[in-house]
Amino acid sequence: MSAVAESPLAARTDMNAVRWVGFRTIVIREYGRIIRIWGQTIVPSAVTAVLYFAIFGSLIGRRVGVMGGFDYKQFIAPGLIMMSVITNSYGNVVASFFGAKFGKHIEELLVSPLPNWLIVAGYAVGGVVRGLLVGAAVTAVSLVFTHLHVEHPLLVIVALLLTSVTFGLAGFLNALFAKNFDQVNFIPAFVLTPLTYFGGVFYSIELLPQWARQLSFVNPVLYMVNAFRYGFLGVSDVHVGGAFALMALAAVVLFSACVFLMGRGAGIRE
Amino acid sequence: MNALSVRGLTKTYRNGVQALKGIDLDVEQGDFFALLGPNGAGKTTLIGIITSLVNKSAGTARVFDHDIDRELEAAKACIGIVPQEINFNMFETPFTITVNQAGFYGIPRAVARERAEKYLKQLQLWDKRNSISRGLSGGMKRRLMIARALMHEPRLLILDEPTAGVDIEIRRSMWDFLREINQRGTTIILTTHYLEEAETLCRNIAIISGGQIVERDRMSSLLRRLHVETFVFNLRDALAEAPLLEGYVVRLVDDHTLEVEVSKEESLNEIFARLSALGVVVMSMRNKVNRLEEIFMRLVEGGAAARPAADGATRVPAAVAR
Repeated sequence: MSAVAESPLAARTDMNAVRWVGFRTIVIREYGRIIRIWGQTIVPSAVTAVLYFAIFGSLIGRRVGVMGGFDYKQFIAPGLIMMSVITNSYGNVVASFFGAKFGKHIEELLVSPLPNWLIVAGYAVGGVVRGLLVGAAVTAVSLVFTHLHVEHPLLVIVALLLTSVTFGLAGFLNALFAKNFDQVNFIPAFVLTPLTYFGGVFYSIELLPQWARQLSFVNPVLYMVNAFRYGFLGVSDVHVGGAFALMALAAVVLFSACVFLMGRGAGIRE
Repeated sequence: MNALSVRGLTKTYRNGVQALKGIDLDVEQGDFFALLGPNGAGKTTLIGIITSLVNKSAGTARVFDHDIDRELEAAKACIGIVPQEINFNMFETPFTITVNQAGFYGIPRAVARERAEKYLKQLQLWDKRNSISRGLSGGMKRRLMIARALMHEPRLLILDEPTAGVDIEIRRSMWDFLREINQRGTTIILTTHYLEEAETLCRNIAIISGGQIVERDRMSSLLRRLHVETFVFNLRDALAEAPLLEGYVVRLVDDHTLEVEVSKEESLNEIFARLSALGVVVMSMRNKVNRLEEIFMRLVEGGAAARPAADGATRVPAAVAR
């Protein structure tokens, strides 16, 4: 192989081709991993969604009645889809990258000519792929229980992508610093789950007392769930433009942090 | 052009251990180069810095003239690495591992599949291409790492103890394979604890001890410097005590085995003649250890005496230099 050609222009062209193939390879490998262990990666969220719809939606939801102007099952459907996207995009990257660190096969990438930003991007897109696959599965479950009205399809897609990228990158950060499997599980169990449950998946924050409502505004998941819900139902507890700006900012900040830390060798190099 | 050129390479770990103490080393393009040293000498740290798995503390390293500080991607594109520890995904198949590795170096998937077939066949792994790698034998895992390192057809192949734990038959077939790759133009740097391997394969050698290069020479020149060799004689009849051979150091290891130290100036014919005169019949003879091992042990054990001279040349302990 001649990854480095003679003239600077040819060298740049060559290197861009190398990067593109490398990026695709990381994504294909991640996709392969998701599909290979589909019983762990895709099915559990779909089963959980069935339980949520059956218990919260059909049994308890009947007594709740209308929320935000919609049938309760319709109201929680976008939140449940978003919850599965958040946990799976995060979980995919943290498990895959930490597994590669633990098994030392991350060295395959570290010795390759791929730049750090591309490795981060490849893993983040792996998280997006799983987020989308699981999101699609949960959407299919939702359609069994309720009618899904889509008010702004483009906003649904953008919210989905920004959320999965952001949480994929957060998972990457977690995996960089994790030294054992306890540290891999700590953030999802003790940070991500409470944030998601208090992020307005099952309720509108209009129901909360003033202090709790104010507190909810520091929860980033609230903005993601509401931006996504706005795309479906056209209602939101937060300013939608602000929510999208916050998601974009979070993605940029997390991406920069991951690339910077990779460059420093944090958690991966002596 | 040098395949590898390092200057003043230093590495101090956070715990204060100085693994490399300002190493200078050149490896010529096309060479088959041995990098030897005892455990903890700094070999793996040096390789780690070249392949960017370890951050250096000071110094420079260039791979085919690409500085790893300024042209890291270009430098890494030239290198193929076979590490000491197994480091592929044990849940993937050899075919997937090799094809993906090629992808990380920008090889399109169609070409990668062809190369995977070529190298897996050459390393006798084609039958196992769709097996989960965890189930491969130790020798197969080592060969898989070599196949993986060759997927982007690197100009510099670094092998960190590639034949550790591999049986002699496979080891020798791996030697043939590596010789062939080297003859086709790939520069090879080999670290190994099998000194016979280094002596058989390599043209040039550096010995590293305590984070410093204590010897750097052509293999043939280094071997010529060996002043005294120990030969082991297997005897037909039992002896009660070592025969007296004036001018030679003789030890009776057991009643059928003699060890004799022979200097370069002395002929073996003389020893045979004297033993015959004493009625001692020799059935077979061999070197006690291979020649490189003899030199290696003297250099490493005499490491304190082998500090670089003021002019930059390496001073060799008196026991080795003639």
